[in-house]
Amino acid sequence: MSRFWDLTLGGISSGATFAAIALSLVLIWRATRVVNFAQGGMAMVTTFIAYEVISRTGSYWLGFGVALVSGLVLGAVVERTLIRPVERKPPLNAVIVTLGLLVLLEALAGMAWGVTPRSFPYAFDFRGTFSPSDAFAVLSVAGAALLLLLLFQATATGLRMRAAAFEPEVARLLGVRVGQVLTLGWALAAVAGSLAGMLAGPPFISPTSLDALLVFGFTAAVIGGLDSPAGAVLGGLVLGLVLSYVSGYAGADMVTFGALVILVVVLMVRPNGVFGRTGSRRV
Amino acid sequence: MLEITDVVTNYGAIRALDGVSLTVEDGSITAVLGANGAGKTTLLRTVNGLVRPTVGRIRFGGRDLTTLPVEGVVRVGLAHVPEGRGVIAELTVEENLRLGGLWRSDRADRTAAGREVFEMFPALAERRRRLASTLSGGERQMLAIGRALMSRPTMLLLDEPSLGLAPRITARLMALLRDLRDRTGVSVLLVEQNARSALSIADRGVVLALGRVVAQDDAATLASDESLRHAYLGF
Repeated sequence: MSRFWDLTLGGISSGATFAAIALSLVLIWRATRVVNFAQGGMAMVTTFIAYEVISRTGSYWLGFGVALVSGLVLGAVVERTLIRPVERKPPLNAVIVTLGLLVLLEALAGMAWGVTPRSFPYAFDFRGTFSPSDAFAVLSVAGAALLLLLLFQATATGLRMRAAAFEPEVARLLGVRVGQVLTLGWALAAVAGSLAGMLAGPPFISPTSLDALLVFGFTAAVIGGLDSPAGAVLGGLVLGLVLSYVSGYAGADMVTFGALVILVVVLMVRPNGVFGRTGSRRV
Repeated sequence: MLEITDVVTNYGAIRALDGVSLTVEDGSITAVLGANGAGKTTLLRTVNGLVRPTVGRIRFGGRDLTTLPVEGVVRVGLAHVPEGRGVIAELTVEENLRLGGLWRSDRADRTAAGREVFEMFPALAERRRRLASTLSGGERQMLAIGRALMSRPTMLLLDEPSLGLAPRITARLMALLRDLRDRTGVSVLLVEQNARSALSIADRGVVLALGRVVAQDDAATLASDESLRHAYLGF
């Protein structure tokens, strides 16, 4: 039984990281109907920026703050310069742009920091079954999700963001500056991605070390329905738990396979995700 | 005053508006009539900037609308009531309404406008916390009009408000629009396929066919012109 508890706690901790990256994918999907394949690469870049700050100043928290802020800027810049031009084009264009960005970011990071993994610190002590670092992962993601919920449900900006996500044309007719709202959506999504990068980064980071994170985050987002921020958080937790049990009882080599099985089963049984809206919309 | 002068709008190779000119006087109700595909909806979309004319001028209160971004149109006093009710189904009634006045900085007046809308449509006040998707067709139309009024517009643009509504509800809607104009002096540009009910409240009527204006006169004169009614208005 204690093994089961250990696996459960471990699953919640890794699930928090999946939830953060899933949240960033969902925010972008809702705003611009783009799956951002560069999300892992963007998180990797901001984590490397944090690595530079931490190794120069010795302050983990300064690096943490810089990572989140640089995520905010990077998200906004990517939306303005790369996504805006393909906004009204066929969806495949945006997919190719984000894939291209991923390749570009990994290549640039490879030039700047090399392909040898660099050691990257944990926020707190990481030893034990549910270490202070695990607690921090869960609390920080829960806090981020709560802040986003407040933003969406309780502020004028959140109302504009929801309107622009559901009915962009109607929103513009009502005076919502949809372009600015989309930029903000990408910026906030990239902050969630940067948080995921900081949590998933240790103990080593390299230009490709967060690639797997995107796959797990995407699976979590699909479980949650791609459209629902709450679904993304729950999907992340569910995936974290299941993969933890798979790893503990069936062996660590089965983890990626397990994620794939979950993805296929969810898509077969509930194509709109467990928490997603059903496909049709009343007009 | 809204002045549309010699406007040509193309959708790809299709010429949807072919030299349309019309004027909506301040405080008047102008009905734009015509069959499906006559260019009525395109006319509204050209006015609010969702499509841009290739030729022609659109001026509102002396301001050029053709260079204004879509988000700016409501800020100069033109409020749009979109086709198919156009409410945001995933938001509550109250959120839909708030959205209509959100761009205005005068918070106190935003609250006052909200109160007035609820007084005008008590059914909306009762359902303020319900999702707009739960409303009936008539209630959705009321919500779309109420939301437009939240911006304290000088002109309302309505796209086929009677579409899909029962005749009794349509009659109530038309009476409501006339009351609103009489009370607040708001101008109304009403695009309708239902010519009979639109002309019953309009001061002026404009008949479109294949992107051209084929008739333009007082509403009463249009409604009594038998050959025009048979050829274009279907009643």
